Amino acid sequence: MVGGLFIIITSQNYLKKVVGLAIFQTAVFVFFVSLAKVLDGTAPILTKMANAYSNPLPHVLILTAIVVGVATSALGLALVLQIYKNYETIEEKEIESLELKSDK
Amino acid sequence: MNFLLINFFLISLLLVTTFFIFKTTSLISVVALTGAFTLLCSAIYVNLDAVDVAFTEAAVGSGISTILMVMAAAKLPEGKKNKLINLFPSIILAVAISLILIIIITNLPLLGDPNAPIHLHVVPEYLKESKDFFHIPNVVTNILASYRGFDTLGETIVIFTAGLGVIALLTSNTLNRKTNFKKNKKNER
Repeated sequence: MVGGLFIIITSQNYLKKVVGLAIFQTAVFVFFVSLAKVLDGTAPILTKMANAYSNPLPHVLILTAIVVGVATSALGLALVLQIYKNYETIEEKEIESLELKSDK
Repeated sequence: MNFLLINFFLISLLLVTTFFIFKTTSLISVVALTGAFTLLCSAIYVNLDAVDVAFTEAAVGSGISTILMVMAAAKLPEGKKNKLINLFPSIILAVAISLILIIIITNLPLLGDPNAPIHLHVVPEYLKESKDFFHIPNVVTNILASYRGFDTLGETIVIFTAGLGVIALLTSNTLNRKTNFKKNKKNER
């Protein structure tokens, strides 16, 4: 199910890369949570009515991972801002040509 | 049956959103589409019975990260319509990765199978005992804060480090370095 998402993510090569990374992460999260699903089960909140619960362990792991993912993407955005400050562009090709020019 | 239909619909919407994120060049619409993407994901989580995850994804994923991205996009210039780089190798890589994933997924237990190995170890004890231990009906909270409290502590440390990194990056003045292109440009003139 998630496999299709990867195709589009890996082929984008702008400095939309931070966004691409976030999408990649989210696809993995959806896959993880889908492993936790039990058919006819309910959310893992204990009640007397339910007879089966979905697996709470992947939920916990993904809960942690989402927050860490936001922290990493914030760090990535800060890096992009710093690159823009120094090079006045965030397109990879232009930065490469600037580098080549300064080497001469 | 309904469950699968809703899931299929939401995932196809995800694919459409990803395609448009790939297509658009305007930074602000990329940010808006990312917000939509994460909201769709939280809908999928609700469908998969992961209410806590859906809650966090809606608040942190599509809330805070969208705000951060809007703040960054406001400072950056409008994206240019450049040629795609490394198109051919990345297509090969993507096809290879998805083939491997499809092979792996066909070997996994079926979606929602209650006898899959993941549901048989540790988790039954969590579901049985946690109410007596902590008197909280929400098992996810119990595991997050008690059984795996150190995990959450580690997460907090990671976030703290990331925050320090962001502050250090945004406040440091790198303009005085040797590899300063503004200076180089001035010298050329």
